Amino acid sequence: MSALAVEVWRGGAQGAFQSFEVPRHPSQTVLDVVTYIQRSLDATLAYRFACRVGMCGSCAMSVNGVPRWTCRTHVDKVARENKLVIGPLRNLPVIRDLVTDMRGFFDKWARAKGSFAGTKTRRDDFARVAPDSADRRKVDAGIECIGCGVCYSACDVIAWNPDYLGPAALNRAWTLVKDERDVVKHERLRAVAGDAGCHACHTHMSCTERCPMGLAPTAAISGLKRAVLGSVLKGEL
Amino acid sequence: MSAKAQSLLWIAQRASAALLALCVIVHLVTIIYAVQGGLSAAEIFGRTRGNVAWFVFYSIFVLGVAVHAPIGLRSVFIEWLGWRGRSRDAALVAFAALLAWMGMRAVFAVFA
Repeated sequence: MSALAVEVWRGGAQGAFQSFEVPRHPSQTVLDVVTYIQRSLDATLAYRFACRVGMCGSCAMSVNGVPRWTCRTHVDKVARENKLVIGPLRNLPVIRDLVTDMRGFFDKWARAKGSFAGTKTRRDDFARVAPDSADRRKVDAGIECIGCGVCYSACDVIAWNPDYLGPAALNRAWTLVKDERDVVKHERLRAVAGDAGCHACHTHMSCTERCPMGLAPTAAISGLKRAVLGSVLKGEL
Repeated sequence: MSAKAQSLLWIAQRASAALLALCVIVHLVTIIYAVQGGLSAAEIFGRTRGNVAWFVFYSIFVLGVAVHAPIGLRSVFIEWLGWRGRSRDAALVAFAALLAWMGMRAVFAVFA
């Protein structure tokens, strides 16, 4: 079995890539490679994972410059001439090695008013939302985000304008704007409008290109732009 | 600047872009049509002097540019220079005024 030459980021914001040689195996994932390094070559390597099956989103890293879930990325698919370069996600502070600080990412969900606000209590009956209604379909298109940060890392606008809320938070806000049970739509549109919000998006579509769930945050952001436009014209913003 | 004001800037930029798309098409078609077989300065003045329709058209074109370009430059300043606040806004207003003044000066020169 041939060997794989792997460069792994070591350190925090300041650091350097360290070289490792890892044996190749059939159906080997990038997470397998990182785990092999940590368990067999250098126990001090810091990285993050949980489910290993593409459900939790914890293991996202930069692989050959592209943000990916390492657990669902086969080495065969991404290794160029038997080489891999593995680093932490871009646009997030590095804690150590391959582990980033996700607080800023999730704080932006809160800034985008990413929490549902309804009026019903547990004593009320269920809300009846028609599954085939236009709004419900738009919610369905974006609701499966698991918050892995891949889109956030792929976004150039965040690299240039660190205040920008980013694709995941805006996608979340859009699913709530289209939720007919939600009652804080105007406040939410106010929170996502402007220089740090949906209007900063350049429609590069890197988020949509990289989302491992196949979601289209770009479409959600476009929807928010239209919703803000309607709200401004009606004098509601 | 409020979220509403920032949204209005975005709307102004998109609306001016739509306007400029039409203006550029009319402008290009006109010059390609007009210069067939050559065109002297005297002939241009002959068509534009006192022509209110061309004066209004090119005034709209110039004012559309004066609205559109500074708003786009605002994003460039934020993303490339991290320049925010009143000094940036003052510079952009000055740039808008410069574009409008230079453009309208040219429009008046061929009208009057």
